[in-house]
Amino acid sequence: MYKYDQYDQAMVDARVEEFRDQCRRRMEGHLTEDQFKPLRLMNGLYLQLHAYMLRVAVPYGTLNGQQMDALADIADKYDRGYGHFTTRQNIQYNWIKLEDAGDILADLAKVEMHAIQTSGNCIRNISADHFAGAAADELVDPRPYAELMRQWSSFHPEFTYLPRKFKICVIGADKDRAAMKLHDIGIQIVKNDEGELGAQFYVGGGMGRTPMIAPMIREFVPLDQLITYAEACLRVYNRYGRRDNKYKARIKILVHELGKEEYTRQVEEEFQHMLDQGIEPPFAELERIRPYFADPAFETGLSDDIDRSDPDFALWVDTNTHAHKAPGYVSAVISLKPVGGIPGDATAEQMHLMADLAREYSFDECRVMHTQNIVLPHVKKADLYALWQKLEAAGLGTANLDQIGDIIACPGLDYCSLANARSIPVAQKIAQRFEEKGQSNTLGELKLKISGCINACGHHHAGHIGILGVDKKGKENYQLLLGGSEGEDTSLAKITGPGFDEDGIVDAVEKATEVYLNEKQEGERFLDTYRRVGMAPFKEALYG
Amino acid sequence: MKILTGNNLETGAVVWWEGKGWSLHVDDAVDAGEEFETLLATEEAERRVVGAYAIDAERLDDGRVRPAHIKDRVRALGPTVRPDLTLKPNDPNAIAEVL
Ligand code: HEM
Ligand code: SF4
Repeated sequence: MYKYDQYDQAMVDARVEEFRDQCRRRMEGHLTEDQFKPLRLMNGLYLQLHAYMLRVAVPYGTLNGQQMDALADIADKYDRGYGHFTTRQNIQYNWIKLEDAGDILADLAKVEMHAIQTSGNCIRNISADHFAGAAADELVDPRPYAELMRQWSSFHPEFTYLPRKFKICVIGADKDRAAMKLHDIGIQIVKNDEGELGAQFYVGGGMGRTPMIAPMIREFVPLDQLITYAEACLRVYNRYGRRDNKYKARIKILVHELGKEEYTRQVEEEFQHMLDQGIEPPFAELERIRPYFADPAFETGLSDDIDRSDPDFALWVDTNTHAHKAPGYVSAVISLKPVGGIPGDATAEQMHLMADLAREYSFDECRVMHTQNIVLPHVKKADLYALWQKLEAAGLGTANLDQIGDIIACPGLDYCSLANARSIPVAQKIAQRFEEKGQSNTLGELKLKISGCINACGHHHAGHIGILGVDKKGKENYQLLLGGSEGEDTSLAKITGPGFDEDGIVDAVEKATEVYLNEKQEGERFLDTYRRVGMAPFKEALYG
Repeated sequence: MKILTGNNLETGAVVWWEGKGWSLHVDDAVDAGEEFETLLATEEAERRVVGAYAIDAERLDDGRVRPAHIKDRVRALGPTVRPDLTLKPNDPNAIAEVL
């Protein structure tokens, strides 16, 4: 894991004191809300439906046990005993008091955490593959590059007032587990024919009201030009991105309007110009960062056998573990989606337990997934049964990764002031319906994603089944979408037709799965069947 | 009727204008009439409220106040998915009243 050096720590500590003072000045009346709002947003503090909401950055989703404990302590001490893990690999607290904000940030700073760049029109927290540094299929750990970009982008004056928010994602495997092509910049670390590592750039993806898949604009950027190329991408955006219309301000609109070729031409021109200026950080900086992400001391000579005599355990192993690069190890996924629970929510006790389990079984590391679950990246197969028993006892052992019950849901109208409809109750009802039907584990991979409004925080465009909450004359209504994916085969889901009420949408999802079961051919996932047969049979079942 | 709502500056708690000050309980809300802009501006300037705005609501026969939009009913009550965290915790009727 990355450790702050004296500069990182000094910057974060200074920021805490600055914000503490800004909060004091606001409460004493020296700042108006208009003056204060942009300052609090720069520190992750929103005013939401019930109180202030604090979003804490988890760089590339990686946490150690001490950090997870600190998140739990904040939930206990300043909030109502729980937190919500988000699709951006961060955590949000829903019941924060302004008078506590300075203390919370100080507590975070003690464990090398902060809420900087979790809001506003800047480069946001950088996301990465949650199995980074562990996955068997990985070419290289993307996190040193994500960390380099974090340092470059933190407080970068040129990118403090971009036309709109900016999200970057870095992966190091062909399998995309991080929705890379749905980011403003997606980067895949690749190897060229000469065996050198480089960065493949995808620019102009995003969700929200105008979803777009990022086109690849450069196949290979040498690693010692990574930052320069990213800066060129941003500079063209900063210059020509639309500031006149918030809904057209994301880079995806610029890339779309200019066309990929013209945007790329301008980036390349800027890039050539910048190469001469030598803005690239010295390669030594990357070399300094890299050892922090070195493999932990994996034991050798371990057995790959797992005693599968307990069928519940065997099911969990089959669904919730992922192949590891080191023999005798796996990555284990802790589901935050118990049937009927709130997707992504964890209590303080559960967070403390996850911290303990990370220390005991996973070299003191855990990860937040964009699917709102938690990964223990490096678990010995021999320890899996003991681990699973402890998870089960704490309500964290649900076996449902990437299945119908593993639903992504944004906070929706229960917490979010921008929402049209509630997301969480819909997720709960769907999970319960399929559990009652005994189908929680029989439908195969099926990614269901729910957003409470067009902003798409719940990734509904990328769901095999997506649900979008809309406002129909003051009543909650839900549109059904089919055929999205956020993987290496990224596609955008299409709306089936008129929306449904809350119970109607649960029935509609059930009908869609019935069509799948009727139409499916050997080995097909829901998405494969949909892609083969198209929308028609689904429409017929839903509206016919 | 029109009622006024916002958040407490220090705690962020959802509050309702009850004629002289701000209450945590929507049922205390009073009809603010049409001339509330100056009142809101003063209350904001005095830091007794933040993010205040006016909404439509009706007073029910039993005296309770029901905001017209579900969003403000959720604000009045708390998240519908956490009965333990509603304003009157574990009130069995609370969630039904919101919806
Ligand atoms: C509750 C407070 C939140 C507010 C006010 C909020 C606001 C927004 C807005 C306005 C957009 C649209 C941006 C655009 O299209 O330009 C957006 C997009 C997005 N937000 Fe949120 N959001 C909130 C919570 C969340 C949560 C909880 C998550 C994670 C679960 C999240 C993750 C995302 C993602 C992934 C997108 C779409 C990706 C993209 O930017 O294209 N947000 N959000
Ligand atoms: S999708 Fe809409 S309702 Fe859901 S969290 Fe984002 S802004 Fe709120």
